[in-house]
Amino acid sequence: MLRHIISMKDFSRDEIDIILKNTMDFEPRARGQLSSLLSGKVLATLFYEPSTRTRLSFETAMKRLGGEVIDLGPVEKSSVVKGETLADTIRVIGNYADAIVLRHPREGAARMAAEYSNVPIINAGDGAGHHPTQTLLDLYTIMRESSLSNLKIALVGDLKYGRTVHSLAYALSMYHADMTLISPKQLQMPDVIKKDLKKQGASVSETTTIEDVIGDIDVLYVTRIQKERFPDPAEYQKVAGIYRVTEELLKKARDNLIIMHPLPRVDEIDAAVDKTKYARYFEQSFYGVPIRMTLLAMAMGVV
Amino acid sequence: MNKKKNNSDGSMNKELRVRPIRHGTVIDHITAGQALNVLKILGISGTTTAVVSVAMNVPSKVMGSKDIVKIEDRELEQEEVDRVSLIAPNATINIIRDFEVIEKYRVDLPEHLEGVMKCDNPNCISNTSEPVISKFTVNKKPVELRCIYCDHVISEGITEHLI
Repeated sequence: MLRHIISMKDFSRDEIDIILKNTMDFEPRARGQLSSLLSGKVLATLFYEPSTRTRLSFETAMKRLGGEVIDLGPVEKSSVVKGETLADTIRVIGNYADAIVLRHPREGAARMAAEYSNVPIINAGDGAGHHPTQTLLDLYTIMRESSLSNLKIALVGDLKYGRTVHSLAYALSMYHADMTLISPKQLQMPDVIKKDLKKQGASVSETTTIEDVIGDIDVLYVTRIQKERFPDPAEYQKVAGIYRVTEELLKKARDNLIIMHPLPRVDEIDAAVDKTKYARYFEQSFYGVPIRMTLLAMAMGVV
Repeated sequence: MNKKKNNSDGSMNKELRVRPIRHGTVIDHITAGQALNVLKILGISGTTTAVVSVAMNVPSKVMGSKDIVKIEDRELEQEEVDRVSLIAPNATINIIRDFEVIEKYRVDLPEHLEGVMKCDNPNCISNTSEPVISKFTVNKKPVELRCIYCDHVISEGITEHLI
């Protein structure tokens, strides 16, 4: 059976643990050790929405494992503008490539693509929906830089529209993490997701300021308030720049605190924080490569 | 549905309203006011050739009032009628052959629904020109439908989302 990677909900805790463990083995190859594991394989990247790090880290992962990458190019110059459906594009590209990485503005696009595809689909973000490879690299970062057991984590920023935090919170609930959700009232995590988390047995509390919890957490996970997800620009202006992690704020932090951010950041983490011992967001973005190596190798059936 | 049962409703004009059918399906104990939605959910429209009788707001001892739908010469499958429970959880199904009730059961929500409802997330892939049929997983108590594509949950105003 094809192994698609669509949503964290498709993974059991055991499967996640295996992926994280395998990723340890891929790390040297992500750092440049030569590999021909995926030599002769072709990966297609279909990005209907702009992306830098996700696309480049998939390409890097594939190339460092000796594989080739083809892409759709700019959407406005592709068959999409001629009105081709995603379902058709997927069936065509599936005849060229051994796996497809898909980012699409519509929620559920990857799930539908999987129904039509004869090669594995890897979801690299579907609208405000899922982004499982980001979640897995986040978990891997926590495992490598902190610990997934007895974890106390605060998720900060846009918890309403931010797909990253939805998937991450769901996955962390499988590790029985103690989660604090920090956001302005209008950007709180949707009730349906909170309900899911509680059903999984997660401990979830909510507050509106980072100061409330900074002295009591292992991981501070900061997200950008995404302008492009706001239906109303006036609503965005009300909350833009509301959270800012500074050296001053970190004076109250635990010694072993780590700060993560899926990037790109705007102004939510002060540049002065980059050189502190707490900053891990650039390591985090590096871990995207070994995680995606693992997922590509799994999808293509070589591990 | 037999005549004796109808008498127990104590209703007027029972000849007209509840005349037995020879063959077919009687859906009884439909939540009052939902009969037309029941037809919709079963895909019975104005172009159907079957003889269909609809009785609305019929006095009922148990329910106060109820709707009844009779479809002649068609025996509905359990899978078809289970959808009815979305809007009429107490409905009962009677399969009639030669004026006899040969099978009687209550509707029960299925675990999955396909092509019956429209996802209420406008940005869901199932609301595009893509060749995709809406699919939901069903939670029975309380009734919640979760879109398998975008994860959105419909818990209220279910009739408004009928396709």
